[in-house]
Amino acid sequence: MSARTRELGILILVGLITVTGFASVYIARQNEISSGSLSYVGFFFALYLVAHLVARLTVPDADPYLMPMAAFLTGIGLTEIYRLNPTDALRQGLWVVIGVACFALTLIALRHDFRRLESYKYLFGLSALALLFMPVLPKIGRTINGARLWVHVGSLQFQPGELGKIAMIVFLAAYLHSKQEVLALGRLKDFGPLLAIWGCAMLVLVATRDLGSALLFFGIFLAILYLATSRLLYVGVGLTLFLIGAAGVYQTTSHVRSRVTIWLNPWTTQAIPCPTKGGILMQRQECESFQLVKSLYSIAQGGFTGTGLGKGTFSLPHGNTLIPDLNTDFIFSALAQELGLVGVAALLLVLMLFVVRGFRIALQVDDGFSKLMAAGLTFGFALQTFIIIGGILRIIPLTGITLPFISYGGSSVVANFILLAGLMLVSQRANEAR
Amino acid sequence: MNARIRLAALVSLAMLVALIVASTYWQAWAAPDLANKSDNTIRQISEFKIDRGRIFAADGTVLAKNRIVHSRGQTYYFRRYPLGSLTAAAVGYATQTRSRAGLERSANDYLTGADQSLSGAIKQIGDRLLGSTIHGSDVYTSLNLEAQRVATAALGSNCGAAVAIEPSTGRVLALVTKPTYNPNDIEGHYNRALHARSPSCSGESALLDRATQGLYPPGSSFKVVTTAAALDTGRFTPDSSFSDPGYCMEYGQRVYNYGDQSGREVFGSIILSSALQHSVNSVFCNIGKALGMRTLMNYARRFGFDQTPSIDLPNNALAISGLYKSSRLLSPGEEDHQDPGRTAFGQDKLLVTPLQMAMVAATVANNGKMMRPHLVDRVRRSNGELMRIKPETLGRAIKPETAMELTQMMESVVSGGTGMMAQISGVRVAGKTGTAENGIGQPNTTWFISFAPADAPRVAVAVVLQNQTGVGGTTAAPIARQIMQAILTTTANSNP
Repeated sequence: MSARTRELGILILVGLITVTGFASVYIARQNEISSGSLSYVGFFFALYLVAHLVARLTVPDADPYLMPMAAFLTGIGLTEIYRLNPTDALRQGLWVVIGVACFALTLIALRHDFRRLESYKYLFGLSALALLFMPVLPKIGRTINGARLWVHVGSLQFQPGELGKIAMIVFLAAYLHSKQEVLALGRLKDFGPLLAIWGCAMLVLVATRDLGSALLFFGIFLAILYLATSRLLYVGVGLTLFLIGAAGVYQTTSHVRSRVTIWLNPWTTQAIPCPTKGGILMQRQECESFQLVKSLYSIAQGGFTGTGLGKGTFSLPHGNTLIPDLNTDFIFSALAQELGLVGVAALLLVLMLFVVRGFRIALQVDDGFSKLMAAGLTFGFALQTFIIIGGILRIIPLTGITLPFISYGGSSVVANFILLAGLMLVSQRANEAR
Repeated sequence: MNARIRLAALVSLAMLVALIVASTYWQAWAAPDLANKSDNTIRQISEFKIDRGRIFAADGTVLAKNRIVHSRGQTYYFRRYPLGSLTAAAVGYATQTRSRAGLERSANDYLTGADQSLSGAIKQIGDRLLGSTIHGSDVYTSLNLEAQRVATAALGSNCGAAVAIEPSTGRVLALVTKPTYNPNDIEGHYNRALHARSPSCSGESALLDRATQGLYPPGSSFKVVTTAAALDTGRFTPDSSFSDPGYCMEYGQRVYNYGDQSGREVFGSIILSSALQHSVNSVFCNIGKALGMRTLMNYARRFGFDQTPSIDLPNNALAISGLYKSSRLLSPGEEDHQDPGRTAFGQDKLLVTPLQMAMVAATVANNGKMMRPHLVDRVRRSNGELMRIKPETLGRAIKPETAMELTQMMESVVSGGTGMMAQISGVRVAGKTGTAENGIGQPNTTWFISFAPADAPRVAVAVVLQNQTGVGGTTAAPIARQIMQAILTTTANSNP
């Protein structure tokens, strides 16, 4: 059986799972939603069929599991978004169309040899920086939940950082690949670029006031640096520098400081002045850590088996939402309540499998640039997943970034489809060479 | 480079494994803790999707039922209390915004069907998977509505409480506190419920359950405990003779008997049974001094003092009866420094709840054996299965002979002593009055504790009234009589 035929088989399985998901949401909430919305599944499936056909034409030998896993994750995400807010699901569906289009375009454009990207490395580096700092610009930047990550153009709203992340990975893979030997020598003057990027990460952190994005970018940078130079010392020094910088920002930025306080003590027994409510006395779990605490209640409510899709409690009887940003940053806590530990563990295992396949591609491919790119993309995917879910589960301070493929949000969907295309291109090259 | 890629892969997988571990922690390990947090709105609202069990009075009248609301594709079961404030102290409330109180809180496991047997639990998981509604169990209480009504009317606009218990089983027949609130007001009209006050006790919350939470000096009603200790230790008999000069010497000072406009009472030579009949403080003061603080309090503990009462109401609505110093319960180790003389007639540092005093009366009535007070009689599961709550013995407070002698003495209080207003024609009533002084010029706290019929008790009662100008025998005794009468008539021919 060829790789693509295998892919099609698993895609059909994923389609069936998605049908089941939508059907159970429909059964649980039929008073509220019409059966016509079940056509989402058909639409969704057709979309992946197109993606599959494009892959058959452009990357016939690429890994057959990546796309079905991405389909599974978008399917689950779409089902939950649909359950929370059918209107958002329509928009998300449109973004998936755009995402698949970008996926197809990337594959078609780079089907002969994606390695020519290497010669445009500085273009990627510059566009990464431009995308990263775009939200800071006065007219179009928006601050949402204390972090400046959004760009508004008309009614369109997106997080350019998501695309910036991909561009950054391509730049780092290309740049570090070319400077591999020099850097490995470890001369002091070669620390220049390292310090420059650390400075950039800190700038992003200060400018966007978002610990999560800074951690993500710097983590990706350190990972690729290590992969290219084999120097764990760089990782150590880099992490130390990051911690020093983060401590500095912690001292000076109240937004970051409150995130840490919330993380350490979400519950309080006595009332404290609530800064967002004009300083009136409230318990912290009713004020600053409201979102985290309610999200933990939602996760705990799921227990082992969950309430079932469509049966969870997310709003007061008259409709007020209990957890803000449920379908973007907090989609994991919605899924955890409705699917339970069983469902969440399955979801995390699929994410792990995706990561395993990604690194496998990096191991199989034979040139340095491809290795660095595949490993960088995969590591970025894993780290982003860890930062958002880890924040929700109180392993690390909570920062609002999206859950790959699952969260509601256009830029995230598009970026992740491009990431998928990148991995499949590398995989095609690895398998072709055999 | 492959070794490095493997290390990066390992780090990535370790991060994702940490997420699985953390999910397991929150969803399995910490879940029960989080479920019980008072601000867990998700839990509280999800419980309104359960068809909550109803609560019934002993005669089958519905005390709490569900109002079905369909909203945004969900079905919610909200609470209605058809009788309003009548049984608020016992039944409590279950609301979205104010959590729960009373039986709605303590019997929540029954009401939400979480108490299931194994087969029931399996069925419930099936129900959940199929998405059908979970049905809770119905709770049948021992509350006698006639007694509730009579007690509510008799307490009137007073600040006070009444508790009635069936001595042989511990079934709580009446639990009334005044002023009280309407549980239907808690959601939406919380302030109305909170400020439901009566003119004679301003500044007191209507939400306070005085019957189980209110702490009052017991006054002479505590002499029942003192007498029990005096007789049970064998140190005294009902015929032990005392000389009453009208006061008792305590730390070199005179502690006087009760007095009114006609002056202090002086009885001269008097035996113990007459001293109880006429509530002579000096005699009990001397008994207290003779027995000592340790013995006195050990007997009080046998009647349930110094412990959280084991009644099936939420712990946060129960107060411990005992010795208090500036609102702090004294530990047994601190007792030795207290005054046994005044404690023996229920003054000084002693504070008690009406529930505790009802338990004292019920224990004497039940031949000295203390039964666990309880409100839930039977539970009917949604599958029709009926579960009876069996009466439970808490222990023996006093010997049966002591109880018998004490009963006779308490009968004499009603037949010809301070409690004559509790007489019921054709029924032998045993009782004890109490009038606790709260300082010169301050109104009294008055008590009456009693049981009837004295030869085969079916009801034991404690009544407390705050801010009284009269004494226990004239204010509280008539209320206790009405409650006992209501119970004796309604249970004359039926035994559930």
